[in-house]
Amino acid sequence: MLAYFLKRLAMAVPVLFGLTIIVFLIMAMIPGDPATAILGAYATPENVERINRQLGLDRSLPEQYFIWLGNLLQGDFGRSYSLNRPVIDEVLERFNATLILAGASLILCTIFGLVAGIISAVRQFGWTDRIVTFFVLIGISMPSFWLGLLLILVFAVNLRWLPPSGMYAIYGGGGPLDLLTHLALPSITLAVVATGVIARLTRAAMLEVLRQDYIRTARAKGLSERRVIYRHAFKAALVSVIPVIGIQAGFVLGGAVYIETVFQWPGIGRMLVQAISTRDLLLVQGGVLVVAASYVLFNLLADMVQHMLDPRLKT
Amino acid sequence: MSTATDTAKPAEPAKKSGRPSFFALLVANRLAAFGLGLLVAIALAALLTPWLPLQPPDITNPANRLLRPLTEGHLLGTDQLGRDLLSRLMWGTRVSIAVGLSATLVAAVVGSAIGLVAGYTGGRTDNLMMRGIDMLMAFPYILLALAIVAVLGPGLMNALYAIAVVNIPFFARNIRGVTLSLAHREFVDAARLSGKGHLRILLTEVLPNVLPVIVITMSTTVGWMILETAGLSFLGLGAQPPLADLGSMLGEGRKLLFNAPHVSIIPGLMIFALVMSINLVGDGIRDVLDPRLKSGALSRPAAATAVKREDVPAMPETSSKAALDVRDLKTEFRVGSDVYKAVGGVSFQLRERECLGLVGESGSGKSVTAMSLLGLVPTPPGRISGGRVLYQGRDLLEASEADLRKLRGGAFAYVFQDPLSTLHPLFTVGDQVTEAIRAHQPLSYREAWKRAVALLEMVRIPNAAERAGSYPHELSGGMRQRVSIAMALANDAEILIADEPTTALDVTVQAQILKLMDALQDDKGAALLFITHDFGVVSEICDRVAVMYAGRIVETGPTDEVLNAPAHPYTRKLIDCVPVLGEPERRLDAIAGLPPAVNRLPQGCAFAERCPYAEAACREGEITLDDLGPGRAVRCIKPLHAETPEAAQ
Repeated sequence: MLAYFLKRLAMAVPVLFGLTIIVFLIMAMIPGDPATAILGAYATPENVERINRQLGLDRSLPEQYFIWLGNLLQGDFGRSYSLNRPVIDEVLERFNATLILAGASLILCTIFGLVAGIISAVRQFGWTDRIVTFFVLIGISMPSFWLGLLLILVFAVNLRWLPPSGMYAIYGGGGPLDLLTHLALPSITLAVVATGVIARLTRAAMLEVLRQDYIRTARAKGLSERRVIYRHAFKAALVSVIPVIGIQAGFVLGGAVYIETVFQWPGIGRMLVQAISTRDLLLVQGGVLVVAASYVLFNLLADMVQHMLDPRLKT
Repeated sequence: MSTATDTAKPAEPAKKSGRPSFFALLVANRLAAFGLGLLVAIALAALLTPWLPLQPPDITNPANRLLRPLTEGHLLGTDQLGRDLLSRLMWGTRVSIAVGLSATLVAAVVGSAIGLVAGYTGGRTDNLMMRGIDMLMAFPYILLALAIVAVLGPGLMNALYAIAVVNIPFFARNIRGVTLSLAHREFVDAARLSGKGHLRILLTEVLPNVLPVIVITMSTTVGWMILETAGLSFLGLGAQPPLADLGSMLGEGRKLLFNAPHVSIIPGLMIFALVMSINLVGDGIRDVLDPRLKSGALSRPAAATAVKREDVPAMPETSSKAALDVRDLKTEFRVGSDVYKAVGGVSFQLRERECLGLVGESGSGKSVTAMSLLGLVPTPPGRISGGRVLYQGRDLLEASEADLRKLRGGAFAYVFQDPLSTLHPLFTVGDQVTEAIRAHQPLSYREAWKRAVALLEMVRIPNAAERAGSYPHELSGGMRQRVSIAMALANDAEILIADEPTTALDVTVQAQILKLMDALQDDKGAALLFITHDFGVVSEICDRVAVMYAGRIVETGPTDEVLNAPAHPYTRKLIDCVPVLGEPERRLDAIAGLPPAVNRLPQGCAFAERCPYAEAACREGEITLDDLGPGRAVRCIKPLHAETPEAAQ
């Protein structure tokens, strides 16, 4: 197991390098000349050359990349000009809030997606199945940012049950309970689409598994239907659903951009949107890299869990 | 919308053939029809917007700010600048659809081009391109789009490019897969030999065949792309004022959520309706195209076979001495309007301690017969439509699910054909045997595990205690089948039902398993119903034999009598199929022809078409199973006899 884990971790390294290359190339696509942007249109050629040398822009693209990568590896993501602090500090602080939100959503969508999918498969074509299928369809078609607004209107404005925005109450907040009440609406909103996707796939996987020969064997052994479904069929279905949960982590991390904007959650998504409108590209770059890297790790985790469940993968 | 026009075309010719057309099927699916209607309505409204009697969308009127919906002159109210919301909604919808479709088109063209080239070229180019695509997919979807917008700057066109780029991998992957399978087909090779250039081959030979996949991928991604471009606009990174799409309307309206919610809710509702209608149509198309849905192959099998008997033989006055008495059992499969009579009235008795062989080709209904006994035929599509299964004076076809469960694995135990697919891949074999024990005996897990190890020893698995911790894929085929047998013996079954238990095994292993089953059956005193297509196996293990053809028993009798003097021509042919050691000159006749389809059984004898002795009388009326001496019967109007020269050969 440990050997496999290390191997899998080693395989993630080239992917992480690939991510840095793509981010680097995107950043290199910036239209216009950075030196002119800094010095203005009437800069002398000497000054432009000096700035270019300072920024390392006189070197070849691969050279620039490796210098940049070396800095990244030392934790130097540059300095955010709009916030006037090191990018890495801001990004990690914000990432913490995003992780709480995305983590809560992943837990919600996994639990509700699996339960809805199983019930839907077991009651195939029955009323429960139809209701679940209907809600899944609505869930995956609804713009999450719109759903967030609806939930704020209903639960925060009209019913006044939950706070409409923020992570902690401004006055006298700060406890875990305060966090939970603030977390409820955004995490549910963020989980809806992923719940729908997981429910759909769980239903399909369960139906596929229930037709397998080993399910007939389980029935022929005289096992109760409950045991056939929740032990034999569910475990086999779970193996194929887990990678999908890993992929959903990506959608949840990405979707956090909208949800954090709607609920003013102080996470990395909201930071990115602000950074884009202030053209603070180093901040954008740092944020994108950290989130993308965490997505790779989420998938790694899903892979590990799948591996633990399925002994066939060991060989 | 492309789907709507595409689907309408094939409707005409299909109607003539009598089968429901693609379009008819799509409309028959109520949800898909609703989606299609909604989509067409929105698309029409968006197309006709310039000619509709709407107010200009950009004329501000501060006097009429934030009017509520249903105000006179402003059906949906006005926004913070007093602009008519209905008009803005329609114009915004146009922009959103146009941007979504354009992004889809860009992604489709670029992605398909990458996929075509990668799939067609193969080798290193393919590898390099696909690694790049994988890298793009390692990003959380929206994040990459954000990074691109960050660099290009906010704006509707830039948002369009960003969303298109992010979706390129879906097209590249799908198209590459299809192209790869086409790249070495005959017609492509032929084009290459005829001297056509690569580009021409790609465009004239490969592309037309890949086009359907491109269209399907477009229809599944267009909803997402509309949603995502709206999302970028919502964040203020897409459409910039005064241009407005649905997303930017929603984003601007959000600031007024508390005092004028309609300004943001209405555009959101439109995005929702648009995306949902596209998804509904997409799902509908997928369902119609998936043949498995119609056949019921995607249906969940119930815990027990449905029993709907049209004819039920009378209960016998005296209970027979047989361990199991099957009378006129009928099982059928209903697929669409077809009825497959897999078992068409089978009767046999399994006596105590005996081994009865049920023999026939695949498709003869022998397995279905065995599965029907305890309701293990999947429903849908299967159902038992007649007969009785008598065990200890009870009719098992009347038993409740709970009673059936007690009998399954208890008094009745099954051993199935392929132990790799019939054992659960994710549980250890010891665990699976333990579970079988605990389903019927009140033992703790630990005690049951010990018994399971003892059972594994009994079926002669070496190092049973250690092997119990193995998973099925870690054992050899023979070992796996021993595990299945151990599982069947877990609760001292009175009746063992073995469904081709040796078919998937090597010949040497077959012999070992047969010997083991024979010994264990003697030892435990169980009755054995042994299903096989192989008369060689029958001769080794069975006391009596019943031969099945097209869902019915055609001959039955003691094994040596049937082997030495088969009365039915079909039995004769089956026996001839067995090679005999030391008789290399013996002809191994495969039986010419195929068994009849059980949804269209012919009149008279089902074997007549393949029978060398068939005559006109064979194809008329019902041919009965007639006695032919003690314990023997045959369903043939001119049975073969031992005296005939052919049989003596």
